[in-house]
Amino acid sequence: MTPWTRDEMMTVAAARLLWDGCVCFVGIGLPSAAANLARQTHAPDLVLIYESGTLDSKPTVLPLSIGDGELASTATSVIPLPEVFSYWLQSGRIDVGFLGAAQIDRFGNLNSTTIGDYRRPRTRLPGAGGAPEIAAHARQTFVVLKQTPRSFVPRIDFCSSAGFMNGGGERARSGAPGRGPQVVITDLGVLRPAPDSEELTLVALFEGITPDQVRKATGWDLRVADRIDPVPPPTPEELRILRDLHARTQAAHARPVELPC
Amino acid sequence: MFLPLKDAIAGHVEDGQTLALEGFTHLIPFAAGQEIIRQGRKDLHLVRMTPDLIYDQMIGAGCARALTFSWGGNPGVGSLHRFRDAVERDWPRPLELHEQAHAGMAVAYTAGASNLPFGMLRGYLGTDLAKVNPDIRSVACPYTGERIATVPALHPDVTILHAQKADRRGNVLLRGIVGAGKEAAMAARKLLVTVEEVVDDLDAAPNAVILPHWIVTAISCVPWGAYPSYAQGYYERDNAFYLAWDEIARDRTIFRAWMDRHVLGTDDHAGFLRSLARIGMEAP
Repeated sequence: MTPWTRDEMMTVAAARLLWDGCVCFVGIGLPSAAANLARQTHAPDLVLIYESGTLDSKPTVLPLSIGDGELASTATSVIPLPEVFSYWLQSGRIDVGFLGAAQIDRFGNLNSTTIGDYRRPRTRLPGAGGAPEIAAHARQTFVVLKQTPRSFVPRIDFCSSAGFMNGGGERARSGAPGRGPQVVITDLGVLRPAPDSEELTLVALFEGITPDQVRKATGWDLRVADRIDPVPPPTPEELRILRDLHARTQAAHARPVELPC
Repeated sequence: MFLPLKDAIAGHVEDGQTLALEGFTHLIPFAAGQEIIRQGRKDLHLVRMTPDLIYDQMIGAGCARALTFSWGGNPGVGSLHRFRDAVERDWPRPLELHEQAHAGMAVAYTAGASNLPFGMLRGYLGTDLAKVNPDIRSVACPYTGERIATVPALHPDVTILHAQKADRRGNVLLRGIVGAGKEAAMAARKLLVTVEEVVDDLDAAPNAVILPHWIVTAISCVPWGAYPSYAQGYYERDNAFYLAWDEIARDRTIFRAWMDRHVLGTDDHAGFLRSLARIGMEAP
């Protein structure tokens, strides 16, 4: 057992990939934790844009929803939602977009719509939301997803947002402006697209994880890079800031609103 | 123009209409949606980017025939269980889906507000959404030939918004996260608004988001009308309620009992809030 959880390791690994001054389109959950951890550590000038229209939010507790009041009251500006997608995403003003999903394939295509047939799904998921255009227009995307054979599948049931499509340059030929999923962070390590085929390839491992473990957690025959880098474990500083953030957040979310009667 | 909510809904919302209750996480018109449930409206085509708990309740109560949406989850919590039950098992009735992405719905509202036939975007690239929604099509740019995705304009029969305040002439002020509220308002044939308070002076900057009185069909003063979502400057989002809803909505029987007690069993939004205050949130 490590003195940190895999969730914490994932969050820290994602945070480290963000640079100071980067304009980041943030989703709720782990990406929001990672972005705010980065802002409170090595990237104080990281710009966080939330889909609800809050530009440059500096939240002190993590939002439960994409539109919590905390995001608006700590923002430099709050804009109408159509502008988020047209003036910011579509116009190419986002450096990094975070994405999650229920399923991913070897080319980073994502499903967040249905498990099973669309018309009669076994599981109806929330759907695409902002993801298709984040996937298309952000200069690059980081995908954050726990690695199991059920989520890393040979064939996704529905394509909610495109990664490298069938690989081998198909994405670039399609006219997609962004460079697509350049990093996939799982709870075991880090995958990146191979330069030629664009197939996701294991390039880094978290402490105590073996390549074989990652292969077993993947629903296809996973490519493993010749050289695998270890991901340094969370520093005490990173852990302290992240845990403080989560503790403040949990306390805030559990606090019921006092009704007016 | 100023009407009790009961009368505004009774007078302007009819069975079979296309209805958009907007508000992106913030300013969600819960009081109006629950009044529609109380009045037993049915066969509605509901339109909303994020159905949220209010459409989960309306779908579970059997008000909806169809849903146009782009993200149907309980934000930060997980599933909308009533929405899922309708899609996966036709309960309490089948729900026809018109599924979009956020960017598509945003331009569809904007096109509706602008009296254009369709909205366009560089969107849906490489996705399966166009395969399941025949409304997602494309045109060739007349200047370059580039294929651009299109979605038909949205024209709700009625759009309903919640806002912070109105003045006595009926001008309505929204502030904080406004979502696609203004576009949904301008795209609609009728616009109903609930507000936290009616004031003499809106005290707003000239470029604030104001819906002027002559485009508003009716205004109802309903304090806490967005609860359990929130109204910036008045009350916060009740995240504990959103967490608790997961348990309430998961089971049909528990859901029905909850709706019977707190929505159908109360006269209005004030009654709804009182009934919740009585139980606290610990026992769904």
